[in-house]
Amino acid sequence: MMNPIVGGIEKAQMREIPDFIPGDTVRVHVRIKEGDKERIQIFEGVVIARKHSGVRETITVRKISFSVGVERIFPIHAPVIEKIEVTKRGRVRRAKLYYLRGLRGKAARIRERDTRVSAQAKAAAMTKAK
Amino acid sequence: MVNGLIGKKVGMTQVFGPDGTVVPVTILKAGPCVVVQKKTVTSDGYNAVQLGFVEDRPFKRVNKPMKGHFEKTGKGTPPTRILREFRVNGEADIAVGATVLVDLFAENDSIEIVGTSKGRGFAGFIKRHGFGGGRDTHGSMFHRAPGSIGSSAFPSRVFPGTRMAGHMGVEQKTIKNLRIVRVDADQNLILVKGSVPGPNGGYVVIRKMGNTK
Repeated sequence: MMNPIVGGIEKAQMREIPDFIPGDTVRVHVRIKEGDKERIQIFEGVVIARKHSGVRETITVRKISFSVGVERIFPIHAPVIEKIEVTKRGRVRRAKLYYLRGLRGKAARIRERDTRVSAQAKAAAMTKAK
Repeated sequence: MVNGLIGKKVGMTQVFGPDGTVVPVTILKAGPCVVVQKKTVTSDGYNAVQLGFVEDRPFKRVNKPMKGHFEKTGKGTPPTRILREFRVNGEADIAVGATVLVDLFAENDSIEIVGTSKGRGFAGFIKRHGFGGGRDTHGSMFHRAPGSIGSSAFPSRVFPGTRMAGHMGVEQKTIKNLRIVRVDADQNLILVKGSVPGPNGGYVVIRKMGNTK
């Protein structure tokens, strides 16, 4: 149980994050500062873990770059994250996909999740709430 | 002016700095404090202000001597559980019964925090003194033992102060040069960069660095 005062301070810093789970493919837009210029760099890959709670939440994103596996850990509420886009929903059976590190090519694929039913249910709930 | 407050450790979290860096912070509920007594050179031999920490939960089980101590303020100051003294330079220019609030501090102020460290019970000297201990594997038979504590026939005794296992923690600790990250005057909160001695819910004294002894 988190102390309500700590929770309040964390909540004030939290930002709108799209709904996604490990196995989904995301595009993370990162603000990069070079000297006095700022630009956006995009890191696209599979979310293999979500850790911590509140403002301290982080995601581990894995991609294969020039046949080398690259993983980056992002604090998802940090101001350096411009936005996070979800590009693909994956169907996986565990919360931490560290087993992907040992797999390559075809074996490292993730089956796409059928979101039609859950999307419909969500839309229905939304209209009901209205 | 009083240069400090009594506070209560709430917990730790993190905030993002202006440049996007993560700053680890301890949240302290600081004050409101009420001036219970003024000590002066003529009456007590030194100048100080005694503050009481006003909490949400009123202090009901007050014993008679304490009750009398608070009645002496003559302002109907409700008794507080925690009383601490703060030295001041010269006679304090604050009235008994007045309240002291967090607005005493500002962002980026350098402060020191006095608290009681967490109790570790009877701790071995690896934890207590940072000794290395021995190897765990490869046939080692020396794991967490202290090793030599002195010589033999001369001096035929162990020198006082030799570092050994024993009780650790529950000591008064002062951490100096902590930086204030944020002051929330509405909720009486201070966010301090880094950690602070003691458990969550522990009482601490928050003082500005320097100027008073």
